Amino acid sequence: MSTKKSAGKSGKQSTKPGMKPGMKKAKVAAPKKTTAAKRTAAKAVATALPVAKVAARAKAKTAPVARAATKAKAAPVVSASEFMAHAYAMEAEAAERYAEFADSMELHNNREVAELFRKLSRIEQRHADQILEQMGWKQSPVSSANVRWEGAEGPETADSTELHYLMQPYHALQIALHNEKRARDFFAHLAKTTENAGARKGALEMEQDEAEHVRLIEEWLKRTPVPDSNWETDQDPPVLSD
Amino acid sequence: MNAPATAAPITAQAFKSDYKPIWCPGCGDYSVLSSFTKAFAKLDLRPENVAVVSGIGCSSRIPAYTNCYGFHGVHGRSLAAASGLKLARPDLTVVVASGDGDGYSIGGNHFLHACRRNVDLTYVVMDNHVYGMTKGQPSPTTEPDWDSKLSPGGTGLRTFHPLVIALAAGANFVARAYSGDPNGTADIIADAIRTPGFSFVEILSPCVTFRPEQREWKRLARPAPVTTTDDAARAARRIMTDDGFNIGVLYKGGRKPYQAPIDEGKNSPSDLEAEFAI
Repeated sequence: MSTKKSAGKSGKQSTKPGMKPGMKKAKVAAPKKTTAAKRTAAKAVATALPVAKVAARAKAKTAPVARAATKAKAAPVVSASEFMAHAYAMEAEAAERYAEFADSMELHNNREVAELFRKLSRIEQRHADQILEQMGWKQSPVSSANVRWEGAEGPETADSTELHYLMQPYHALQIALHNEKRARDFFAHLAKTTENAGARKGALEMEQDEAEHVRLIEEWLKRTPVPDSNWETDQDPPVLSD
Repeated sequence: MNAPATAAPITAQAFKSDYKPIWCPGCGDYSVLSSFTKAFAKLDLRPENVAVVSGIGCSSRIPAYTNCYGFHGVHGRSLAAASGLKLARPDLTVVVASGDGDGYSIGGNHFLHACRRNVDLTYVVMDNHVYGMTKGQPSPTTEPDWDSKLSPGGTGLRTFHPLVIALAAGANFVARAYSGDPNGTADIIADAIRTPGFSFVEILSPCVTFRPEQREWKRLARPAPVTTTDDAARAARRIMTDDGFNIGVLYKGGRKPYQAPIDEGKNSPSDLEAEFAI
């Protein structure tokens, strides 16, 4: 038996032009037991925006990020060292996700956004490496696979469903800004609530770092062209069925 | 004499191949791939001891993206190939990757009998309620009123209920996971691999291309409010009455896995050749 096989040739990938990253969504109805009701509620959220939402939708086309606030919080931290291990896991997970985004965009020939995600990944990884250096660790004492957050993923990890193959740097920066703000708020919350002085000091430092990242990305956004309202329109759409 | 060096703990990265996934941006399968590799690392498996077997479809591309033995097989027949592999090489950890079209429609019959046989496999189905690779046809788990150009007004057909069917057919481990929680999904896959017998893990994995409304699953999926049971009837009742978004291990039984009978002395190539002699 051979150990590896060909991945096959990469064909043109289809992404339905219609759902934009961060499209403003209505609130989700409470889960229903019937399949039809469940589907209808989800469909209403994604596609049937009421007339009153038209303005919001138009705005969403150029300023896409309208994600729900993430409630991700670390498990109770008992020491400064444990806090830093969690901070490392958070940064490393964010770096890995941006790298995946970069790969995905590169594969779909969106080089500009790929390069931006690659850069964001490097920034997060540098932040993670700084934590190792600061702590004198060769590797984190806590495997990131074993770190649990109150939400499904870390407070700085980008939502993997936010991508669109035609997205522009502006959208990527909106995603990054959202994540940096979440990270800043996370550390601020931790600094306020932890009873360990070392952890509090670390959290305050991290909060300042993340606040600086927020500021840098806001500056970056100012220099980045705002996409046209029809940025998601593909003149040669890959999807045939809709 | 020096004591032998202890092998370093393996990382999830070690299970990723050099091939970059070609799934659509935003596809849930990226996270499932991450969960596969995390689960293998969590169990401290080695690439040479793991095989990932698949059929056809978006989800079935996973063997190419994992660094271990792999087999990208025939549509719907991944379980047949995987069963043969496990019986011939019981030392391997065999994980099967599939989708709702590959696994429940084309491979529906194999699904039933794999549950019944209870070979020690882990069957992971990435369910997005649509045939993605072939551009959006309804699958067995598509809602009856899903309206699209390929199914105007919806199919009107009752949806397939894979978890209950797996239970009824004899699966020894039944779980539901959500791709938006890759670490939780990795835990479930690891638990499935650890549990002897046929383990079935259904993963809600959104198709953002043909079912963009599935982005909302992140707001619907939540941990099941019940603990794992070993009572199949109780598990079936729970699964039949939940809304399809309860995440966790929903059933874990104690059925003995099927193993190939040991027939010492008749396994060499020459013995086999002799059986075919005319």
